[in-house]
Amino acid sequence: MSFLYEGIVAITPAQIVMYAIGILLIYLAIKKDLEPVLLLPMGFGCILVNLPFSGVLNQTMAGIGETQGIIEWLFEVGIEASEAMPLLLFIGIGAMIDFGPLLSNPKMFLFGAAAQFGIFAAVLAAAFMGFNLNDAASIGIIGAADGPTSILVSQVLGSNYVGAIAVVAYSYMALVPIIQPAIIKLLTTKKERMIRMEYKPANVSRAARIIFPIMVTAVAGLVAPMSVSLVGFLMFGNLLRECGVLNNLSEAAQTTLSNLISLLLGITISFSMKADTFVNKETLLILLIGLTAFVFDTAAGVMFAKLMNLFSKNKVNPMIGAAGISAFPMSARVVQKMALKEDPGNIIIMQATAANVSGQIASVVAGGVILSVVSSLLG
Amino acid sequence: MNTEVVYQALELMWKGMLSIFTVIILLTVLVYLINKFTRDKDDVQEKSDK
Repeated sequence: MSFLYEGIVAITPAQIVMYAIGILLIYLAIKKDLEPVLLLPMGFGCILVNLPFSGVLNQTMAGIGETQGIIEWLFEVGIEASEAMPLLLFIGIGAMIDFGPLLSNPKMFLFGAAAQFGIFAAVLAAAFMGFNLNDAASIGIIGAADGPTSILVSQVLGSNYVGAIAVVAYSYMALVPIIQPAIIKLLTTKKERMIRMEYKPANVSRAARIIFPIMVTAVAGLVAPMSVSLVGFLMFGNLLRECGVLNNLSEAAQTTLSNLISLLLGITISFSMKADTFVNKETLLILLIGLTAFVFDTAAGVMFAKLMNLFSKNKVNPMIGAAGISAFPMSARVVQKMALKEDPGNIIIMQATAANVSGQIASVVAGGVILSVVSSLLG
Repeated sequence: MNTEVVYQALELMWKGMLSIFTVIILLTVLVYLINKFTRDKDDVQEKSDK
């Protein structure tokens, strides 16, 4: 009768911790509405891969030989072999984004660049804590505030912590409404937060909207060739949206493709949440460094806006700088909410949205840049 | 702590931020130019009417 309780007696304490983490992720997704599209599949997948002798992983069975597990196969094909899943998701994201506010106010581009500083601050923090360069860079990319980029970069760099990095990236993205206001308040005065910004959008032609994704891909590709897959797929999605002749495909990318990939990406990434690689002190350190990344992203954006104000006649509300992170559209909404709280009637949502979509571009460029520079440093 | 990794992280920081700003500044300039040369005819007409 031992076959009935073989699984139960094989459970390890680390696996019990993973069940708790899985349930916590499901709870946060359902009860707190924190990134449910990804945290729920990840939470459920976390339980699946940590069941003893789980059939979703490859197993060697006595008398039968090796059996293929679906989650392991999905991981090998969809992420490990080609990073296909995060890249395909970028087509959907690109199709969803309207770059109009940014095109009509190109100055906002700069905030997207400044707010990537948290990535490198986190890399440095990880290096100080003893991680090797591959892992430090993979952990740092949490600061891109962009889940698919974090998964892709950490996977390409061969990090041992892909699962922890994905969980931390998505968790902090969901916590942007809590993290950012605290940092913004710390670094700005009430008077600064009340600065009003006149919105004078330039007319953006259809031609400009079509040229833009092609131009971004070319420029990013020439300066940081490793960013071509990330930027290229993001911009391909945007070209589908803006070309005006492929509305069906654009809609499919925004809905069907995005939903399907999100559904599979969450449960697939749970492959890297196996107890033996997840339950260790490094995961806690990654949690801490990830927070550092988001704090420095926000701080750098705000400080950059304040720096611009020293030289500019038309003052920028420094909170706009914080919206330069890639968490779209959450960050722009957080900034607008704070502006209204300080001064009812202060509408800066369009400028914040422009900075926010710039962050989307800058974060994928940052991902490519990290791959290129790390490769040259280790080469 | 491995000092060499820390130095590499610092190198990654300046090279990374420089590359990102280079791309973004180039894009900013190009967007200004695209907007200038592809302005909608309606917009140009509107301005000349004024």
